[in-house]
Amino acid sequence: MPSTITTQLRRIRVSLWILVAAAVLALGGTFLVRTVGVREPPPVTVGEAAIRSEFSLMDHNGNRVTGADFLGRWQFVFFGFTHCPDVCPTTLAYMANVLDRLGGEIERVAPIFITVDPSRDTPQVMAEYVQAFHPKLIGLTGTEAEVAAAARSFRVYYEKMEEETAPDGYLMAHAGHIYVMTPEGGFEDVFREGDQSAEEMATDVLASMSGKQ
Amino acid sequence: MMRKLTATVAVAVVIATPALAEESIRVFDAWARATILASRPGAAYVTVESATEDQLLGVATPVAGQVMVQAVEKDGDINRMKHIETLDLPAGERITLAPGGMHLMLMGLQDKLSEGTTLPMTLSFENAGEITVEGSVLGIAAEGPREAAE
Repeated sequence: MPSTITTQLRRIRVSLWILVAAAVLALGGTFLVRTVGVREPPPVTVGEAAIRSEFSLMDHNGNRVTGADFLGRWQFVFFGFTHCPDVCPTTLAYMANVLDRLGGEIERVAPIFITVDPSRDTPQVMAEYVQAFHPKLIGLTGTEAEVAAAARSFRVYYEKMEEETAPDGYLMAHAGHIYVMTPEGGFEDVFREGDQSAEEMATDVLASMSGKQ
Repeated sequence: MMRKLTATVAVAVVIATPALAEESIRVFDAWARATILASRPGAAYVTVESATEDQLLGVATPVAGQVMVQAVEKDGDINRMKHIETLDLPAGERITLAPGGMHLMLMGLQDKLSEGTTLPMTLSFENAGEITVEGSVLGIAAEGPREAAE
Protein backbone atom coordinates (compact mmCIF):
# COMPACT_ATOMS: atom_id res chain seq x y z
CA MET A 1 0.00 0.00 0.00
CA PRO A 2 2.25 2.86 -1.19
CA SER A 3 1.71 6.22 0.44
CA THR A 4 0.82 9.18 -1.73
CA ILE A 5 4.28 10.71 -1.46
CA THR A 6 5.79 7.42 -2.60
CA THR A 7 3.44 7.38 -5.54
CA GLN A 8 4.33 10.95 -6.37
CA LEU A 9 8.01 10.20 -6.12
CA ARG A 10 7.60 7.15 -8.31
CA ARG A 11 5.94 9.40 -10.85
CA ILE A 12 8.86 11.77 -10.61
CA ARG A 13 11.18 8.80 -11.01
CA VAL A 14 9.39 7.72 -14.17
CA SER A 15 9.43 11.27 -15.54
CA LEU A 16 13.13 11.62 -14.84
CA TRP A 17 13.84 8.34 -16.58
CA ILE A 18 11.92 9.55 -19.62
CA LEU A 19 14.03 12.70 -19.63
CA VAL A 20 17.20 10.67 -19.29
CA ALA A 21 16.13 8.38 -22.12
CA ALA A 22 15.35 11.38 -24.33
CA ALA A 23 18.71 12.97 -23.54
CA VAL A 24 20.59 9.77 -24.25
CA LEU A 25 18.78 9.32 -27.55
CA ALA A 26 19.54 12.91 -28.48
CA LEU A 27 23.25 12.23 -28.06
CA GLY A 28 23.15 9.86 -30.99
CA GLY A 29 23.29 6.16 -31.72
CA THR A 30 27.04 5.69 -31.46
CA PHE A 31 27.21 7.02 -27.95
CA LEU A 32 24.11 5.07 -26.98
CA VAL A 33 25.58 1.77 -28.14
CA ARG A 34 28.85 2.51 -26.38
CA THR A 35 27.18 3.45 -23.11
CA VAL A 36 24.78 0.55 -22.97
CA GLY A 37 27.50 -1.85 -24.04
CA VAL A 38 29.87 -0.83 -21.29
CA ARG A 39 27.70 -0.49 -18.21
CA GLU A 40 24.24 -0.01 -16.78
CA PRO A 41 22.77 3.46 -17.15
CA PRO A 42 23.61 5.57 -14.13
CA PRO A 43 21.00 5.28 -11.38
CA VAL A 44 18.73 8.26 -11.24
CA THR A 45 18.59 9.67 -7.76
CA VAL A 46 14.89 10.21 -7.36
CA GLY A 47 13.89 13.72 -6.52
CA GLU A 48 17.47 14.75 -5.98
CA ALA A 49 16.58 18.28 -6.86
CA ALA A 50 13.82 18.29 -4.25
CA ILE A 51 15.07 16.32 -1.24
CA ARG A 52 18.56 16.75 0.12
CA SER A 53 20.22 15.78 3.36
CA GLU A 54 21.42 19.29 4.16
CA PHE A 55 21.37 20.65 7.68
CA SER A 56 23.40 22.05 10.53
CA LEU A 57 22.22 20.68 13.87
CA MET A 58 23.40 19.56 17.30
CA ASP A 59 23.76 15.84 17.93
CA HIS A 60 22.71 14.19 21.19
CA ASN A 61 26.27 14.46 22.49
CA GLY A 62 26.20 18.22 22.02
CA ASN A 63 28.38 18.28 18.89
CA ARG A 64 27.58 20.48 15.91
CA VAL A 65 26.99 18.27 12.85
CA THR A 66 26.04 18.96 9.25
CA GLY A 67 24.76 16.81 6.42
CA ALA A 68 28.36 16.55 5.20
CA ASP A 69 29.33 14.63 8.35
CA PHE A 70 27.07 11.76 7.27
CA LEU A 71 28.20 11.58 3.65
CA GLY A 72 29.71 8.21 2.85
CA ARG A 73 27.02 6.45 4.84
CA TRP A 74 23.45 5.62 3.96
CA GLN A 75 21.13 7.68 6.11
CA PHE A 76 17.76 6.73 7.56
CA VAL A 77 16.13 9.99 8.59
CA PHE A 78 12.97 10.36 10.65
CA PHE A 79 11.48 13.58 12.03
CA GLY A 80 9.48 13.40 15.27
CA PHE A 81 9.50 14.55 18.88
CA THR A 82 9.88 12.97 22.29
CA HIS A 83 6.46 14.04 23.58
CA CYS A 84 4.86 12.00 20.78
CA PRO A 85 3.01 9.13 22.48
CA ASP A 86 2.41 6.73 19.63
CA VAL A 87 3.68 7.31 16.09
CA CYS A 88 7.26 8.30 17.01
CA PRO A 89 8.09 5.45 19.37
CA THR A 90 6.34 3.05 17.00
CA THR A 91 8.38 4.29 14.04
CA LEU A 92 11.68 4.43 15.94
CA ALA A 93 11.16 0.90 17.26
CA TYR A 94 10.41 -0.17 13.70
CA MET A 95 13.57 1.56 12.45
CA ALA A 96 15.59 -0.22 15.17
CA ASN A 97 14.07 -3.51 14.04
CA VAL A 98 15.14 -2.76 10.44
CA LEU A 99 18.67 -1.86 11.61
CA ASP A 100 18.95 -5.18 13.42
CA ARG A 101 18.18 -6.96 10.15
CA LEU A 102 21.03 -5.35 8.20
CA GLY A 103 23.79 -7.54 9.59
CA GLY A 104 27.27 -6.10 9.00
CA GLU A 105 25.84 -3.53 6.58
CA ILE A 106 24.63 -1.55 9.59
CA GLU A 107 28.14 -0.06 9.70
CA ARG A 108 27.34 1.73 6.43
CA VAL A 109 24.16 3.28 7.83
CA ALA A 110 23.61 6.40 9.92
CA PRO A 111 20.11 6.25 11.48
CA ILE A 112 19.03 9.77 12.39
CA PHE A 113 16.11 11.08 14.44
CA ILE A 114 15.56 14.84 14.04
CA THR A 115 13.24 16.52 16.52
CA VAL A 116 10.64 18.99 15.30
CA ASP A 117 10.24 20.19 18.89
CA PRO A 118 13.72 21.57 19.65
CA SER A 119 12.64 23.87 22.48
CA ARG A 120 11.84 20.83 24.64
CA ASP A 121 14.10 18.24 22.99
CA THR A 122 17.53 19.38 24.12
CA PRO A 123 20.63 17.27 23.37
CA GLN A 124 20.38 15.73 26.86
CA VAL A 125 16.75 14.75 26.31
CA MET A 126 17.56 13.37 22.88
CA ALA A 127 20.47 11.33 24.28
CA GLU A 128 18.31 9.50 26.79
CA TYR A 129 15.55 9.00 24.25
CA VAL A 130 17.50 7.66 21.26
CA GLN A 131 19.60 5.29 23.34
CA ALA A 132 16.43 3.51 24.46
CA PHE A 133 15.74 2.51 20.87
CA HIS A 134 19.07 1.62 19.34
CA PRO A 135 22.72 2.23 20.22
CA LYS A 136 23.38 3.46 16.67
CA LEU A 137 20.53 5.95 16.61
CA ILE A 138 21.66 9.57 16.38
CA GLY A 139 19.40 12.27 17.80
CA LEU A 140 19.61 15.75 16.29
CA THR A 141 18.20 19.02 17.56
CA GLY A 142 18.99 22.70 17.15
CA THR A 143 17.35 26.07 17.13
CA GLU A 144 13.83 26.44 15.74
CA ALA A 145 15.37 27.99 12.61
CA GLU A 146 17.90 25.20 12.17
CA VAL A 147 15.26 22.52 12.52
CA ALA A 148 12.98 24.35 10.10
CA ALA A 149 15.84 24.52 7.58
CA ALA A 150 16.55 20.80 7.99
CA ALA A 151 12.87 19.98 7.50
CA ARG A 152 12.79 22.14 4.37
CA SER A 153 15.81 20.28 3.02
CA PHE A 154 13.91 17.00 3.38
CA ARG A 155 10.61 18.59 2.29
CA VAL A 156 9.18 17.49 5.63
CA TYR A 157 6.15 19.33 6.92
CA TYR A 158 5.39 19.81 10.60
CA GLU A 159 3.23 22.11 12.64
CA LYS A 160 2.39 22.90 16.21
CA MET A 161 -1.11 21.82 17.21
CA GLU A 162 -2.69 23.43 20.22
CA GLU A 163 -3.99 20.83 22.64
CA GLU A 164 -4.80 22.28 26.00
CA THR A 165 -4.50 19.00 27.88
CA ALA A 166 -1.03 18.22 26.46
CA PRO A 167 2.12 19.17 28.37
CA ASP A 168 2.86 22.87 27.61
CA GLY A 169 -0.42 22.99 25.68
CA TYR A 170 0.70 21.60 22.34
CA LEU A 171 1.52 18.56 20.27
CA MET A 172 3.30 18.41 16.96
CA ALA A 173 1.77 17.11 13.74
CA HIS A 174 4.39 15.77 11.40
CA ALA A 175 5.13 13.47 8.49
CA GLY A 176 5.74 9.91 9.67
CA HIS A 177 8.19 8.86 7.00
CA ILE A 178 11.62 7.34 7.15
CA TYR A 179 13.75 8.82 4.38
CA VAL A 180 16.53 6.65 3.02
CA MET A 181 19.32 8.84 1.68
CA THR A 182 22.33 7.74 -0.37
CA PRO A 183 25.95 8.10 0.77
CA GLU A 184 26.05 11.17 -1.51
CA GLY A 185 23.20 12.77 0.43
CA GLY A 186 20.61 12.26 -2.30
CA PHE A 187 17.17 10.79 -1.93
CA GLU A 188 16.83 7.04 -2.44
CA ASP A 189 13.49 5.94 -1.04
CA VAL A 190 10.87 6.60 1.60
CA PHE A 191 9.16 4.18 3.96
CA ARG A 192 6.37 4.44 6.47
CA GLU A 193 5.96 2.10 9.40
CA GLY A 194 2.84 0.04 8.80
CA ASP A 195 3.22 0.00 5.02
CA GLN A 196 5.60 -2.96 5.02
CA SER A 197 7.24 -5.23 7.57
CA ALA A 198 10.67 -4.42 8.99
CA GLU A 199 11.96 -7.45 7.09
CA GLU A 200 10.63 -6.04 3.81
CA MET A 201 12.15 -2.62 4.39
CA ALA A 202 15.50 -4.21 5.33
CA THR A 203 15.43 -6.30 2.14
CA ASP A 204 14.66 -3.22 0.01
CA VAL A 205 17.39 -1.16 1.65
CA LEU A 206 19.97 -3.94 1.36
CA ALA A 207 19.14 -4.23 -2.35
CA SER A 208 19.71 -0.49 -2.79
CA MET A 209 22.95 -0.69 -0.82
CA SER A 210 24.33 -3.62 -2.80
CA GLY A 211 23.51 -1.79 -6.05
CA LYS A 212 25.59 1.20 -4.97
CA GLN A 213 28.77 0.52 -3.09
CA MET B 1 1.10 -8.31 7.79
CA MET B 2 1.66 -9.14 11.44
CA ARG B 3 -1.44 -7.21 12.43
CA LYS B 4 -3.57 -9.13 9.98
CA LEU B 5 -2.15 -12.36 11.31
CA THR B 6 -2.80 -11.25 14.87
CA ALA B 7 -6.37 -10.35 13.98
CA THR B 8 -6.87 -13.75 12.38
CA VAL B 9 -5.53 -15.48 15.46
CA ALA B 10 -7.79 -13.34 17.63
CA VAL B 11 -10.85 -14.27 15.58
CA ALA B 12 -9.91 -17.92 15.85
CA VAL B 13 -9.66 -17.61 19.63
CA VAL B 14 -13.13 -16.06 19.84
CA ILE B 15 -14.69 -18.76 17.69
CA ALA B 16 -13.09 -21.33 19.94
CA THR B 17 -14.55 -19.81 23.11
CA PRO B 18 -18.29 -19.40 22.56
CA ALA B 19 -18.91 -19.20 26.31
CA LEU B 20 -17.67 -15.60 26.27
CA ALA B 21 -20.37 -14.60 23.78
CA GLU B 22 -22.92 -14.24 26.57
CA GLU B 23 -21.08 -11.22 27.89
CA SER B 24 -22.47 -8.11 26.27
CA ILE B 25 -19.14 -6.33 26.15
CA ARG B 26 -15.58 -7.55 26.26
CA VAL B 27 -12.43 -5.54 26.85
CA PHE B 28 -9.23 -7.44 26.32
CA ASP B 29 -5.60 -7.22 25.20
CA ALA B 30 -5.07 -4.14 27.36
CA TRP B 31 -1.49 -2.97 27.33
CA ALA B 32 0.69 0.10 27.34
CA ARG B 33 4.07 0.85 25.89
CA ALA B 34 6.86 1.60 28.32
CA THR B 35 7.85 5.26 28.33
CA ILE B 36 11.45 6.37 28.13
CA LEU B 37 11.41 9.82 29.63
CA ALA B 38 9.56 11.26 32.61
CA SER B 39 6.68 13.70 32.07
CA ARG B 40 5.99 12.54 28.54
CA PRO B 41 2.60 11.25 27.42
CA GLY B 42 2.31 7.49 27.18
CA ALA B 43 0.18 5.30 24.96
CA ALA B 44 -2.07 2.41 25.92
CA TYR B 45 -4.16 0.10 23.78
CA VAL B 46 -7.19 -2.13 24.23
CA THR B 47 -9.50 -4.20 22.10
CA VAL B 48 -13.22 -3.76 22.69
CA GLU B 49 -16.10 -5.76 21.34
CA SER B 50 -19.72 -5.16 22.24
CA ALA B 51 -22.56 -7.51 21.34
CA THR B 52 -24.94 -4.56 21.25
CA GLU B 53 -24.36 -1.03 20.06
CA ASP B 54 -22.57 1.02 22.69
CA GLN B 55 -20.23 3.97 23.10
CA LEU B 56 -16.95 4.34 24.93
CA LEU B 57 -17.33 7.57 26.86
CA GLY B 58 -14.01 7.73 28.61
CA VAL B 59 -11.07 5.93 30.14
CA ALA B 60 -9.36 6.55 33.46
CA THR B 61 -6.33 5.15 35.22
CA PRO B 62 -4.86 6.09 38.59
CA VAL B 63 -1.37 6.37 37.07
CA ALA B 64 -2.27 9.25 34.73
CA GLY B 65 -4.04 12.55 35.17
CA GLN B 66 -6.09 12.15 32.04
CA VAL B 67 -6.66 9.60 29.31
CA MET B 68 -7.75 10.62 25.83
CA VAL B 69 -8.80 8.45 22.96
CA GLN B 70 -6.73 9.59 19.99
CA ALA B 71 -6.97 8.60 16.39
CA VAL B 72 -4.08 9.18 14.01
CA GLU B 73 -5.32 10.82 10.86
CA LYS B 74 -3.10 10.46 7.86
CA ASP B 75 -3.56 13.62 5.85
CA GLY B 76 -1.37 12.97 2.83
CA ASP B 77 1.97 12.36 4.48
CA ILE B 78 1.17 14.21 7.70
CA ASN B 79 0.04 12.45 10.86
CA ARG B 80 -2.42 14.44 12.93
CA MET B 81 -3.80 13.23 16.17
CA LYS B 82 -7.52 13.63 16.53
CA HIS B 83 -9.20 13.53 19.90
CA ILE B 84 -12.18 11.15 19.88
CA GLU B 85 -14.75 12.36 22.42
CA THR B 86 -16.91 9.25 22.25
CA LEU B 87 -15.95 6.12 20.42
CA ASP B 88 -18.83 4.39 18.68
CA LEU B 89 -18.95 0.64 19.14
CA PRO B 90 -21.19 -0.91 16.49
CA ALA B 91 -22.85 -4.17 17.58
CA GLY B 92 -20.58 -7.16 17.19
CA GLU B 93 -17.71 -5.19 15.73
CA ARG B 94 -14.27 -5.52 17.18
CA ILE B 95 -12.45 -2.23 17.71
CA THR B 96 -8.72 -2.66 18.19
CA LEU B 97 -6.49 0.17 19.32
CA ALA B 98 -2.95 -0.43 18.11
CA PRO B 99 0.40 1.33 17.58
CA GLY B 100 0.40 3.75 14.68
CA GLY B 101 -3.36 4.10 14.85
CA MET B 102 -6.00 4.71 17.47
CA HIS B 103 -4.59 4.80 20.96
CA LEU B 104 -5.24 5.95 24.49
CA MET B 105 -3.00 8.88 25.25
CA LEU B 106 -2.02 8.89 28.91
CA MET B 107 -1.43 12.47 30.02
CA GLY B 108 0.11 13.54 33.29
CA LEU B 109 1.77 10.24 34.11
CA GLN B 110 2.95 10.24 37.71
CA ASP B 111 5.91 8.03 36.84
CA LYS B 112 7.44 6.56 33.76
CA LEU B 113 5.67 3.39 32.64
CA SER B 114 8.15 0.59 33.27
CA GLU B 115 8.18 -2.62 31.31
CA GLY B 116 6.90 -5.57 33.33
CA THR B 117 4.52 -3.54 35.50
CA THR B 118 0.76 -3.30 35.08
CA LEU B 119 -1.76 -0.50 35.14
CA PRO B 120 -5.50 -0.67 35.82
CA MET B 121 -7.69 1.06 33.25
CA THR B 122 -11.38 1.76 33.79
CA LEU B 123 -13.42 2.13 30.63
CA SER B 124 -16.81 3.84 30.89
CA PHE B 125 -19.48 2.78 28.43
CA GLU B 126 -22.80 4.44 27.69
CA ASN B 127 -24.76 1.21 28.24
CA ALA B 128 -22.45 -1.33 29.78
CA GLY B 129 -21.23 0.94 32.56
CA GLU B 130 -17.70 0.73 33.88
CA ILE B 131 -15.28 -2.09 33.20
CA THR B 132 -11.83 -2.19 34.74
CA VAL B 133 -9.05 -4.17 33.11
CA GLU B 134 -5.42 -4.66 34.04
CA GLY B 135 -3.01 -3.70 31.27
CA SER B 136 0.56 -4.94 30.94
CA VAL B 137 3.35 -2.49 30.32
CA LEU B 138 5.35 -3.95 27.44
CA GLY B 139 8.70 -2.89 26.00
CA ILE B 140 9.10 0.15 23.75
CA ALA B 141 9.33 -2.02 20.65
CA ALA B 142 6.22 -4.10 21.45
CA GLU B 143 3.46 -4.26 18.87
CA GLY B 144 0.92 -5.96 21.10
CA PRO B 145 0.38 -8.46 23.91
CA ARG B 146 -0.31 -11.42 21.64
CA GLU B 147 3.04 -11.06 20.01
CA ALA B 148 4.65 -11.01 23.45
CA ALA B 149 2.85 -14.19 24.42
CA GLU B 150 3.89 -16.06 21.28
